[in-house]
Amino acid sequence: MAELLLMRRFEIPDSHTLRVYRETGGYQGLAQAFGMTPAAILDEVKKSNLRGLGGAGFPTAVKWGFLPKDSPKPRYLVVNADEGEPGTFKDRYLLERDPHALIEGMVIAAYAIGSHLSFVYIRGEYIKPFRIFSDAVHEAYEAGLLGKNLLGSGFDLNVIIHRGAGAYICGEETGLISSLEGKKGWPKLKPPFPAVRGAFDCPTIVNNVETLCHVPHIITRGGEWFAALGTKTQGGTRMYSVSGHVVRPGVYELPVTATLRELIYDHAGGIPRGRRLKAVVPGGSSAQILTAEEIDVTMDVDGLRDAGTMAGSAGVIVMDESTCIPEALWVLARFYAHESCGQCTPCRESTGWVEKILARILSGKGRPEDPDNLLDIARRGAGTTICAFYDGAVNPYVSYVERFRSEFDYHIHHGECDVQPGRVVTGLETR
Amino acid sequence: MSFAGQMIAFTPTQLDEVRRLQALYPDPRAALLPVLQLAQEAFGFISPDVEEYVAGLFDLSPAHVHEVVTFYTLFFTKPVGRHILSVCRTLSCHLLGAPDVVAYLKERLGIEVGETTKDGMVTLFTVECLCACEMAPMMQVNDRYEGHLTREKIDRILERLE
Repeated sequence: MAELLLMRRFEIPDSHTLRVYRETGGYQGLAQAFGMTPAAILDEVKKSNLRGLGGAGFPTAVKWGFLPKDSPKPRYLVVNADEGEPGTFKDRYLLERDPHALIEGMVIAAYAIGSHLSFVYIRGEYIKPFRIFSDAVHEAYEAGLLGKNLLGSGFDLNVIIHRGAGAYICGEETGLISSLEGKKGWPKLKPPFPAVRGAFDCPTIVNNVETLCHVPHIITRGGEWFAALGTKTQGGTRMYSVSGHVVRPGVYELPVTATLRELIYDHAGGIPRGRRLKAVVPGGSSAQILTAEEIDVTMDVDGLRDAGTMAGSAGVIVMDESTCIPEALWVLARFYAHESCGQCTPCRESTGWVEKILARILSGKGRPEDPDNLLDIARRGAGTTICAFYDGAVNPYVSYVERFRSEFDYHIHHGECDVQPGRVVTGLETR
Repeated sequence: MSFAGQMIAFTPTQLDEVRRLQALYPDPRAALLPVLQLAQEAFGFISPDVEEYVAGLFDLSPAHVHEVVTFYTLFFTKPVGRHILSVCRTLSCHLLGAPDVVAYLKERLGIEVGETTKDGMVTLFTVECLCACEMAPMMQVNDRYEGHLTREKIDRILERLE
């Protein structure tokens, strides 16, 4: 197995403490970074081909480079720990098992972009991760790794930990900013991008937890070394969250050149009970579904895009042959209808309609025109909304129906499931 | 202000915390979420009276506070039980039996989703992905995540609630 970067401390007792973090090489990247200019750090991150690991896969150095050079306003670094994409749980592990890696990456990033105030937005349900991370921040302040004149560098950084209150949309970076400002989490129209006008109308960089946890390694071992672990356009490793019908669900750190088949069979132990694989969602629920025949793909951003899906948050949901695909899509449609923030009409309306059509199909009252209507409704709104939420819903709507059309038609014509005949789905009437 | 005989007002210590939070952010209004979290801890849930009280602390309209409160699932606008069970119902948990978990909890507690037991002990919710899919099916029990749920495990969890 390849060397672990992000998960290297996960099995060490007390890995969340400053003592263990330091004993295992922690904060060496920060000391080294303070000996470099911010421009040199940006250059190293650029060479590393690090891409955002929260979902969008945007090159990190390019994002940092969008900050205006001449703004008199303060700059903010916002850590997106609002993990919420169905099928994803890697950031929870990082917050609980290696919180100082996030603090170190955050301080280096803040130094590189010239920010003296950093916000860490943690989803409200993550109470244990919040407590562990808060304790780590307290330790870091006591040790002079946060606050004033860090390690004698003259650089100051304060951190505010901000807890969310339950809303998937706040993981979208402009929705997160609205929420951080004390409002409902409505995304904002771009441009202006947050780097130009973000939190409190100031230039803001929003980075995912896992992305920042990579930064210390890039500093200590070099951007070129990191880049060499991956593909031409994406360096390093990432954490894949694997769940559903696999023998060993969990988080796996692999180079981005690993294939979906290797992840499912070599690492997660394959499909339990001798069943066959039916379908896989490779990058969180907002990614297009793949059939069992489509898993020989590398899981880097470009590899999965070329396969007609996306790497997203690397949340891999595995479905075996017993899975009813229309039911799986209804579960996700209920999710998107529930989580639509209601700001844009196409998203607010279509997510509700799609959920209702699928509930009708599953209740045995589907109409022959339903699948085509569903596709039509789904596609009409694509690309018309303020944020990527709705496009993220369209991906499953369209791909599940197109790839497993016969299952939808069977439900409609026979009033029941062909995979599990007689199965009754509960909760079709409720939200 | 009062609700069911309860005075809606923070203690002086809680008010100090409100002021500290408001001073922490570049804009004091950014402290609204943490202050609402404090209010929910203090008053149990966010009634219209609490919204009005909090609005006054921020010089915001009660309508703005109401809009925020109702946007987020973790703010309760009705009284809840002493313990809150939130069963994840999204895809990985659904595939591994979340509907059975919900059905069993409804049967054991004698309530529907969204309701509280008559003795005020337990409120049952279903929620969207809690991002603990590796332990599916799972639920949140107050501040803890409990995974790999079976009937036996659910029985044990319910027995421990006081």
